[in-house]
Amino acid sequence: MTFYIARRLLWTIVVVACVLAITFAVFYLMPAGDPALRFAGKNPTDQEIAQIHHRLGLDKPWYVQFGKFSWRFFTGDKYGWPGLGYTYASGTSVKSLIVARAPRTLLLIAGAATLWLVTGVAIGVISAVKRRSAVDRLAMGFALFGISTPVFWLGLMALYIFWRQLGWTGGSGYISPSDSITGFFSHMILPWVVLALLYAAFYARMTRNNLLETLGEDYIRTARAKGLSERRVIFKHGLRASLTPIVTMFGLDIALLVGGAVITESVFNLQGLGYLAINDALQQDLPVVLGVVLLASVAVALANLVVDILYAFIDPRVRYG
Amino acid sequence: MNANGNLVELDHLTKRFQVKQGVFARGKAEVHAVEDVSLTVRRGETLGIVGESGCGKSTTARLMLRLLDATAGKVRFDGRDITTLSQRQLRPLRREMQMIFQDPYSSLNPRKTVGQIVGAPFVIHGQKKGKVRVQELLETVGLSPEHYNRYPHEFSGGQRQRIGVARALALNPKLIVCDEPVSALDVSIQAQILNLLRTLQKDFDLTYVFISHDLSVIRQIADRIAVMYLGRVVELGDSESIYEHPKHPYTAALLSAVPRASTGGRERIVLSGDVPSPVAPPPACVFHPRCPRFHKGHCDVEAPELRELAPRQAAACHYPLERWPMTDEEIRQAEGAERADRPHLEGTVHEA
Amino acid sequence: MTDPGDRLLLDVRGLTVRFPTSDGVVQAVSDVSFSLSRGETLGVVGESGSGKSVSNLAIMGLLNRQRTAIAGEVLFRGRDLLTLPPDQLRHIRGKEIAMVFQDPFACLHPMYRVGAQIAEAVRAHDDVGKDRAWARAVELLDHVGIPNAKSRARDYPHQFSGGMRQRAMIAMALVHNPSILICDEPTTALDVTVQAQILELIEDVKREFDIGVILVTHDLGVVAETASSVMVMYAGRVMEYGPAREIFAQPQHPYTWGLLDSMPSVERRLAALVPIDGSPPSLLAPPAGCPFHPRCRYRFEPCPTERPDLVAPVPEAHPDACHLPWDDKLREGAKRSVDRVGEAA
Repeated sequence: MTFYIARRLLWTIVVVACVLAITFAVFYLMPAGDPALRFAGKNPTDQEIAQIHHRLGLDKPWYVQFGKFSWRFFTGDKYGWPGLGYTYASGTSVKSLIVARAPRTLLLIAGAATLWLVTGVAIGVISAVKRRSAVDRLAMGFALFGISTPVFWLGLMALYIFWRQLGWTGGSGYISPSDSITGFFSHMILPWVVLALLYAAFYARMTRNNLLETLGEDYIRTARAKGLSERRVIFKHGLRASLTPIVTMFGLDIALLVGGAVITESVFNLQGLGYLAINDALQQDLPVVLGVVLLASVAVALANLVVDILYAFIDPRVRYG
Repeated sequence: MNANGNLVELDHLTKRFQVKQGVFARGKAEVHAVEDVSLTVRRGETLGIVGESGCGKSTTARLMLRLLDATAGKVRFDGRDITTLSQRQLRPLRREMQMIFQDPYSSLNPRKTVGQIVGAPFVIHGQKKGKVRVQELLETVGLSPEHYNRYPHEFSGGQRQRIGVARALALNPKLIVCDEPVSALDVSIQAQILNLLRTLQKDFDLTYVFISHDLSVIRQIADRIAVMYLGRVVELGDSESIYEHPKHPYTAALLSAVPRASTGGRERIVLSGDVPSPVAPPPACVFHPRCPRFHKGHCDVEAPELRELAPRQAAACHYPLERWPMTDEEIRQAEGAERADRPHLEGTVHEA
Repeated sequence: MTDPGDRLLLDVRGLTVRFPTSDGVVQAVSDVSFSLSRGETLGVVGESGSGKSVSNLAIMGLLNRQRTAIAGEVLFRGRDLLTLPPDQLRHIRGKEIAMVFQDPFACLHPMYRVGAQIAEAVRAHDDVGKDRAWARAVELLDHVGIPNAKSRARDYPHQFSGGMRQRAMIAMALVHNPSILICDEPTTALDVTVQAQILELIEDVKREFDIGVILVTHDLGVVAETASSVMVMYAGRVMEYGPAREIFAQPQHPYTWGLLDSMPSVERRLAALVPIDGSPPSLLAPPAGCPFHPRCRYRFEPCPTERPDLVAPVPEAHPDACHLPWDDKLREGAKRSVDRVGEAA
């Protein structure tokens, strides 16, 4: 098994390297203009632009730039390891930027993930057990709503109703828990719910479908024939067998949100990683984008690995062949 | 053209599959699906291949039709060595050899009409026989020409099997391999399909290779049979002779295990344990761990060759049965010897 | 079918099961009556759609009561199982009446160890600790002939062969010493040599614990070898019912004759198999009169309109559901009498 993990980790490195190369290439080939211009102020002279080029290292060919980046990445730069360089815009260390923003995104994901997993699966189970009843139809209607509603609309509406009108929650913006716990929660509750709503809907549907299919299997009939209580049949036998696709999706969903929770972060002004990446991509601030992309791809690759291992533990057929 | 009347010849045919054992495992294991199988199929006859699950009968059939590539050995069809022909070279030959499958519910494409399914062979081989010919075929197998536009799910299992037969007959093949064609059908429908196959054989001068685990069915339809166990042929010869006087202990055990509708008494050889895994077949004679006539020092050391023990009957055994049914004495001896000198007498699957 | 008193375990009267579906009402089982005593093996024979499996699911209470209309009486030791509330039924299920199903591969949960699943059955009706339950599981696995039961109990179902899985299912059914063991096609998915082992096991278990066995199968050979009484079903109804010896020596119903005629034999190569024409009927709209009449070679005037009752044509015969006169039944039955099976029809 350790051999398996080692092999997978090596592949992770290869994948991440490829992702970085592709991102780099995309940027270099982007026709949106010279990044130096953005940072040069009004009416720059050619000389000033050349200076900025030189400062940012943009006067070298792309493979040299990539080579330098990779080198610095592995050996570290003046900001420590890994060497992510500094932003074009202000010269701040990319690493420090990411480190400052990451907790917000991670906390957002953690809260939302817990919420959506618990509610989604619970609703899915109830729906499956009470198939075609009013509860089921209501739940699936909710699921449809959750999947169809655009996140930004939902976020804005939620802010308007719960903050503006009712004053129940805090507004947009992020308050660190070390500053104020109540502030933290009151500002995070809405982003958590809004982000969770979409995923909960998916998970409710998926759980319902998987469970319904599993409940039609022969071993469920055996379990009932043994005289087990219906609760045991559904949870211990039915849900356990339906778990694998849910686990797989869960791992990947979380990983993808690392760089991807852009809309929620924007609406609630959380200044997280996703927002950072998009913003700076628009400004062609390559080092920052590379930094976030790196983090996100590592997250996804690791999540894949964890999920595969978990899968083997849940389903012994995979383990023993 | 082949002068000696053999349509198919298998020569020391072997097929091994590589399998991985589990997601985390490092090594690979080899499944000995078919080992050193040599047999012939004569023109116009029905060769039955009998055995339990994992014995290699389906794999042998697929090797015969070159749906699989052999690991070793030769396959000859109508005198021609087809073992190493490419798929493109095999194409024209495919018209002459066809297959009927076991599961009538999954072997027909549910999105195609019956007309398209039965007509597919014509399209594939660039012939334009069209609707009329397909309808003729449907009638031949006992369906109505109006079924041309219907979909498989509108038919019962027996009717679907008839569709499969029609498809196999489309290009006038010489050989049809029937892989458990009636196992999934009810008894009363089984008889219909078996009768149909017999009639078609006479009308169209067909040669059949009929695979089944059901010994009663095989007895009805086969002229010669091959009994397989763990990838090897253990007995081969004239069908009636083998049923009346089996020589190999495994054949005897198979025959005696079949439950039958006669309330007369008969003794039964109940083999202990299960069939060992084809990943790690026992050494020498593959049947020795379960054999009631096992002789230590011989059967577990030297592999028996398939040799002729009676006219038109060959078996691979050092101590073939002399008499059938076995005497009480022989049975008692066998049961006594059973557990004594075979430490690896096991019913396990993964003891590799 | 023998004496009453405490040997009688099950008395089924007029069992009828209907499923309403969007296409209509499926008449899965209609007016089925039989009984089962200790030491008896009742072989229920029928092809697909005969209702043989559904009847047993109804007895065990495994049908969804909200979506199924079940009528009749199922008297288990005097109590009608059909009127019991679900939780009382649950106490009987798995404890006093146990069931073994056809495909042991699909019937065991793939993600739990075999021993754990059996131990779970123990604790479903008995308040014992996990260790005791596990020990009982190992004991039973050993009893049904699984070698190295102690270590094999820790295996997962996919590591067991087909025959061993079926043995494990039987072990699981025996956990609470039930009085009735229902086996639904227990050997159909197994190889023939393993089949023989399993049938022998069921017979041993029956004798050892003095229980009643219902063996559902489509294979007349299996029934002939193991059953003491036989019930032949078709289209959800009983066609013939009696002691095994009588049914095989003197079959009385054209459907049974048809089955015997169309069966290939391992003992003789027949000149020709005589199949039953046509296919089993749709249970949404079963034929009027006798359900078998469209396929029956012996049908005559009353058959399409009057449904025959299940009665014994003469006092010394067993009950059958057919209008034919007794002489005809005697004559045709003698042709198929099992002592002479295999001779060309």
